[in-house]
Amino acid sequence: MRPILIRGGRVIDPSRGADGIADVYLEDGKVASVGRDIGSPEQALVLDAGGKIVAPGLIDLHVHLREPGNEDVETVATGAMAAAAGGFSAVCAMPNTDPVTDNQAAVGFIVSQAQRAGKARVYPIGAISLGQRGQQLAEFGELVGAGAVAVSDDGKPVVSSHLMRTALEYARTFGIPVADHCEDPTLAAGGAMHEGIVSTRLGLKGIPSAAEEIMVARDILLAEHTGGHVHLCHMSTRGSVELIRRAKEKGLRVTAEACPHHFTLTHERCEGYDTNAKMNPPLREPEDREAIRQGLRDGTIDVICTDHAPHHYDAKEREFDDAPNGIIGLETAFGLAVTELVETGLLTLCDLVNRMSTMPARIFNLPGGTLAPGAPADVVIADPKAAWVVDPATFFSKSRNTPFGGRRLTGRAEVTVVRGQVVYQRER
Amino acid sequence: MSAPSLGKDLVGLEPLSADQIELILDTAEPFKEVSERAIKKVPALRGKTIVNLFFEASTRTRISFEFAEKRLSADTVNVAAVGSSVSKGETLVDTAKNLEAMRIDMVVIRHGSSGAAQFLGQRIRSNVINAGDGKHEHPTQGLLDMLTLRDRFNRIKGLKVAICGDILHSRVARSNIWGLTKLGAEVGVCGPASLLPRNVQELGVTILPRIEDAIQWADALNVLRLQLERMESGFLPSLREYNRVFGVTTERLARAPKDLLILHPGPMNRGVEIDSDVADGPHSVILPQVTNGVAVRMAVLYLLAGGSPDWAQGGGDER
Repeated sequence: MRPILIRGGRVIDPSRGADGIADVYLEDGKVASVGRDIGSPEQALVLDAGGKIVAPGLIDLHVHLREPGNEDVETVATGAMAAAAGGFSAVCAMPNTDPVTDNQAAVGFIVSQAQRAGKARVYPIGAISLGQRGQQLAEFGELVGAGAVAVSDDGKPVVSSHLMRTALEYARTFGIPVADHCEDPTLAAGGAMHEGIVSTRLGLKGIPSAAEEIMVARDILLAEHTGGHVHLCHMSTRGSVELIRRAKEKGLRVTAEACPHHFTLTHERCEGYDTNAKMNPPLREPEDREAIRQGLRDGTIDVICTDHAPHHYDAKEREFDDAPNGIIGLETAFGLAVTELVETGLLTLCDLVNRMSTMPARIFNLPGGTLAPGAPADVVIADPKAAWVVDPATFFSKSRNTPFGGRRLTGRAEVTVVRGQVVYQRER
Repeated sequence: MSAPSLGKDLVGLEPLSADQIELILDTAEPFKEVSERAIKKVPALRGKTIVNLFFEASTRTRISFEFAEKRLSADTVNVAAVGSSVSKGETLVDTAKNLEAMRIDMVVIRHGSSGAAQFLGQRIRSNVINAGDGKHEHPTQGLLDMLTLRDRFNRIKGLKVAICGDILHSRVARSNIWGLTKLGAEVGVCGPASLLPRNVQELGVTILPRIEDAIQWADALNVLRLQLERMESGFLPSLREYNRVFGVTTERLARAPKDLLILHPGPMNRGVEIDSDVADGPHSVILPQVTNGVAVRMAVLYLLAGGSPDWAQGGGDER
C-alpha cells in the first residue's frame, strides 16, 4: 500500500484539540505522523491540501442502505460510495432491511458487502427485537460478534417499556448503545407531517411534538433506571432538546443525534405537498430548528447524522399521504452543516468535525474520529469555502429524493481516505 | 378583459384573491337562470370533454358537477375508483396521464388524500377542479355556501358565520374559512376541542367553545356533517352526547338574539348535528345551497375553460 502525504492543510483534530497548518502522513493504513514539514518520502502519494481542512473522516451513525431487500434504491456499495463522496469514512447501517438485520448472518452479509465495495466503512446496527416486531430480544451477543456496533429498531419505536428496559440492561453486557426512534405510535398514527399551523392549512394529519417527547422522556427514565446507554435518534423538537439537557445535567448515559434537515428546514417546506419534505420525524417549527442548533452548539445534541433514506422516484411521486418518509443526506450533510452552522457563526469548524467525526466515534465506540498517531488512516480533505449548487443528478447514491436540489451550499469534501486508501477524489 | 382569470386549476380558495372569488360568484348569477329554463342547456362548453374522477364515494357533488357540465353542453365521462384500473394499483399520476392521452380538456377530481388535486394539476395540461381532497379543501362547496349567504344577506362583508362541528377533518370548513375571510366576513369555528385543528385561530377565525356561544354570536350557522367513525377513533364519546352538547336544536335557536340562517353541506345526520325541525325550518337554506351548487360549478367550469364573464351575463347563449 502506497503511503500518503497530505501536505499543507489546516489539520483539525478535535480529539487532541488541534487546529493548525500541518502535514499528515499515512502509512500501513494508519496515521503515522502529523507535523510541520514532514519530508516527502519516496513513493508516497502527495495530496496538496493548501487552503483546505484535513480532518478525521466523518462518521454517520444513522443511514439506511436498503441492502438486502431494496437494492433498486441503494446498495451497500452505492451507499458507501455516496458516503465517501460526502466526506464520510464510516457509516452505521440501520437494520430495517428486508429481511431485518436481526441475526448474525444478516450482520455478516452487510460486513462482507462493505468489504467488497471497499469505500466508506459500513458498520451494521442490529435489531433490538426479532423482525423489529417489538416482542422478543434479538441475540445481541451474536450480532456484536458478527460486527454490529449498536442495536436499534429504527423506524419502529420500541413501544413496550419493558422491552426497552431489558434491551438497555442486556446491551450493557456487550457495551453497546441502544438507539431508539422516539415516537408514541398512538399519537403519531397516520401522521404525514408536523402538527401545527401548516398541517392545519394543508389538511394533513399532524404528528405532534409530544409524540417524540413522550418517548424521549421515557427512554431517559429507563436509562436512569438501568444505567444503560440510550442513544436518541434524529431529535426534532425543542422539548426533546430540553429533556436531554436536563438528563445530561444529571449525568445520565444519554446521547442524541440531529439531522441536517432538522437544523435547516421547517414545516413550511411541506407547502405545495412536496413529498421530498416528508420525513419522520417531520420538519418542525422555527423554534424547534433553533433549539436543535443550540443543542448542537452546547453539546446537548452530541452528533450530526443524516438518516440517509433512499427511495425510488416513483415512490415519492405520490399523494403526500401515500409517499414514504425520508430523504437522502450523505452527499449534502457536510455542505449543509458548514452553511447552516459554521457560516452562521454557531459552530467553529473544529466543533463541526467534533459533531461529525470525533463524537460519533466516541459514543458508538468506533475506530477513527482522531488523527492521533496509530489511529486508522481515515481522513477527509474538505474545502470549507467551496461554493456549489446541489445537483441530485450528480449523486453517487442510487436515489435522488432530496429537498435540497438547487440549493447553494458552502463547504464540500474533496478527498476521502479510508484505511489509508483514497476512496473518493472529487473531479476538478 | 380587465377581470382576473382563475388560472389553469381550481384546487382551493386559499390561493384565490377576493376579486377572483367575486368573479366566480358574479359569473354564477346568470347561470342560475339556465337551470330554471324548460330547456336547461347552453352551448358554452360544446366540444369540451370532461372527466369526473371520483376516488371517494360522492352522490351530491358528483351529480352536481355532472349537471353543470351537461347544462354547459360538455361531453362527460365518470370514472369511479372502484372497478377502474385504480383498483388494480395504478398510480394517480398514471391514471391522469392516460386520461390526458385521450385528449380531455378538464378533470374534476375527488380524492381522499389532501393535495391530490394540486398534485394532478402540476402534472397534466388539462384544467383540474378540486371536488374535495382529503381534509384540505372543497372549493366549490365553499363557493356555493358563499353564493347562498350572498343571496340572503346581499353581502358577505361583515357577516358573522359560525362553522360548527368537526373542523379538524373538514375540507368544507377550510374552504369556507378562506373564502369568507377573503371577502371580509368574520368566521367563527365551534366544536369540541378534540375536533378543532391546532392553531386554527391563526387562520383568522374566532374560536367559539360552545354551540350556545356560536348561536349568540353568528348571523349564520354552517353546520358540518359529523362523520360517524369519529367515535371509533376516540375523538368523541357518542352521537347522543354530541347532539346534547353541540346539536343545533330549535330550543337552542329560540334563545338566539336574531333569526339565524342555517346551512349544511350535506348529507345530514338528522338528530345528531342538526335537528329535523331546524333542517326543515323556515331559516334553513340547505336546499337552495344544492341549487346554487350547480350554478357555481357551471361558473367555475366556464371560467376555467376561458369563458368571459361578460358573455355569461347573457346566460351563456350564443350571439
